[in-house]
Amino acid sequence: MSDFVNEFWSFFVAGITAVSIIWIAWFVKGQTTRKLAPGQKAEVIEKAWDGNLQELNNPLPRWWLMLFYITILFAIVYLVLYPGMGSYKGLLGWSSRGQLQDEQAQATQKYGPLFDKYLKQDLKAVAANPEARETGKHLFLTYCSQCHGSDAGGAKGFPNLTDNDWLYGGDPETIKTTITNGRDGVMPAWGPVLGEQGVKEVANYVLSLSGRKHDATLAAAGKEKFVTICAACHMPDGKGMQALGAPNLTDNVWLYGGSEQSIIESITKGRNGHMPAQGEKLGEAKVHLLAAYVYSLSQGKP
Amino acid sequence: MEASTYNYKVVRQFAITTIIWGIVGMLVGVYIASQLIWPQLSFNIPWLTYGRLRPLHTNAVIFAFGGSGLFAASYYIVQRTCQVRLYAQKLASFTFWGWQAVIVAAVITLPMGLTTTKEYAELEWPIDILITLVWVAYAIVFFGTIAKRKTKYIYVSNWFFGAYIITIALLHIVNNLEIPVTLFKSYSIYAGVQDAMVQWWYGHNAVGFFLTTAFLGMMYYFIPKQANRPIFSYRLSIVHFWSLNFIYMWAGPHHLQYTVLPDWVQSLGMVFSLMLLAPSWGGMMNGIMTLSGAWDKLRTDPILKFLVTSLAFYGMSTFEGPMMAIKTVNALSHYTEWTIGHVHSGALGWVAMITIGSMYYLIPRLFGREEMYSVKLITTHFWVATLGVVLYIAAMWIAGVTQGLMWRASNPDGTLTYAFAQVLNAMYPFYFIRLIGGLMFFSGMLIMAYNVWKTVSAGKVVEAEIPQAVYA
Repeated sequence: MSDFVNEFWSFFVAGITAVSIIWIAWFVKGQTTRKLAPGQKAEVIEKAWDGNLQELNNPLPRWWLMLFYITILFAIVYLVLYPGMGSYKGLLGWSSRGQLQDEQAQATQKYGPLFDKYLKQDLKAVAANPEARETGKHLFLTYCSQCHGSDAGGAKGFPNLTDNDWLYGGDPETIKTTITNGRDGVMPAWGPVLGEQGVKEVANYVLSLSGRKHDATLAAAGKEKFVTICAACHMPDGKGMQALGAPNLTDNVWLYGGSEQSIIESITKGRNGHMPAQGEKLGEAKVHLLAAYVYSLSQGKP
Repeated sequence: MEASTYNYKVVRQFAITTIIWGIVGMLVGVYIASQLIWPQLSFNIPWLTYGRLRPLHTNAVIFAFGGSGLFAASYYIVQRTCQVRLYAQKLASFTFWGWQAVIVAAVITLPMGLTTTKEYAELEWPIDILITLVWVAYAIVFFGTIAKRKTKYIYVSNWFFGAYIITIALLHIVNNLEIPVTLFKSYSIYAGVQDAMVQWWYGHNAVGFFLTTAFLGMMYYFIPKQANRPIFSYRLSIVHFWSLNFIYMWAGPHHLQYTVLPDWVQSLGMVFSLMLLAPSWGGMMNGIMTLSGAWDKLRTDPILKFLVTSLAFYGMSTFEGPMMAIKTVNALSHYTEWTIGHVHSGALGWVAMITIGSMYYLIPRLFGREEMYSVKLITTHFWVATLGVVLYIAAMWIAGVTQGLMWRASNPDGTLTYAFAQVLNAMYPFYFIRLIGGLMFFSGMLIMAYNVWKTVSAGKVVEAEIPQAVYA
């Protein structure tokens, strides 16, 4: 695609560029005067300002002129070889887009087989392979650590991947699906429905589910509301539903914090968790390795 | 009746605010440099976060410190080399109070998070309008003084100041064309890559005309004055003046190498940046060679030390700049601390040191004194500042190259060797050295403030007589 709406602008730009470079060379050449003869001293020009401000008539230093001409020459050669003069492509046919495509093609050729060989293997087998885990770890540090942390320990709103508590399921294939397609964990805001008191009651019931300190009267009042509203996703026993990514509320693992205040905030305003889809960006082979690496992190953990 | 004295009042005002804003701007710099090591220093107060204070730092040092210095120097020089009192005294006074109002507005709005998001042009539209008014007044005062000059020829410093005043007006207006939506919010009229290009056309020429051309005007007066020697070459000053100003206009795209900016624009930015090397060095040579026959003065005169060292840093950063514009080098240096190092070798080494040297020359003359209260303290300031700059830029060079190399390092399987956080971890020692360098430069400013205080409090306000005999 051309950068110019029509040929005129291409010629216009190329013309101005050419004239400018020629002008610079011409101007410098025109200002070059004869060198001082050996032993000859520069003289003070017959002008003065503010008492003693004067100027000598030294000619332009030769090495400085050489430097100037070399850079001008470089500019001309470069603009013949590379794009720069309007829509002229340059003798080398180089473009930044082309360079990127070449480098990506080279990388695919060189590294593609390394990744593809794991793609044929079962995820559990890949997870058991230390070499594959090492590659997976580096991929994780590059693409996942920004949210999940370098140690995959997560942060507020970003799940910990090293425990065995899974929002959508922890079997290798589910992890792969999560990475490929991303996830949207949406909890609606219940503040307007429940009212301030209602939210506080439900929050205390939720606290009671995992055995945290709570107000028993409030919790008892909240139970009924929980069963009518929250149980739809979190299930009547509060153990959650992996099909929807609705967290288990009984295990004392908290994505957005387990204090009364945090829970009240979650219920009142709802939550919008978003994990971006990586499948198209990274390709299946890398996702495969990442899934195996993430799966390996929680193996043997409670 | 024609005025018999120069207007030193406005020069004095700007000279003093140069030092005050220098201290404020550098203090903010030291503070945010500390935040990079200890992020908790923002104390969870939005006003004190890095993102809001960084633009305050850049605006304060460039436009408040550098700008006040340029107003002071240009008003002083244009009067004395034209042998007339400033044109339009009231307007000159307006430029002082107007410019201070702009700075105060920046100090308030930037920490509040009010920003156009354009680097070095963050101030919102009402402040932009005030800047425009002040700048037009500045142009009237400056060119009016040139127009009524007694001397036949226009002194070289004034060419440089003239170019800077005209170009900054153009840059400021074009880059800040924006549509206001509320009193404190506006949107740029440009979109996408055009917006980026206009922004860096502005950004690079702010460096070119504000931080280079204008300070060369300062250099062309104070170096020959302090060395008491004629300028090395009149012809060189002409050639590098026109070539510098002409070529600078093209160099902006080097800030956008390997982005969506079309390849041809990137190429032009690169080759014109390279052609900028000789014109930039022309000014350095003309200044340094002016000292030939007076080199011995460098040993004893700390003001000359400041002025000449600033030229050495100028030469270094104007060599570094074109190199960093080369695509291959840029691919490594861009987005790293190297850029910060480059900027500060220019900003501290060149801009601040030439300004400091010039102020040490000016202040005694503005307050009726022979010299500064303590020449020894100027020498101390010089060494503290020079070592500070060297520490600062050496740390940032090493940090930048390390960072660039770590980012691109890859394993045999093609994955990246280092995570972003690991690279950040490697930066801490350099951030610490940089902080020490910055602290040293900042303490130099405090030494200066003390010296100026002692000089001014023992001095008196003077108005110099305009000599009757006109120099040919």
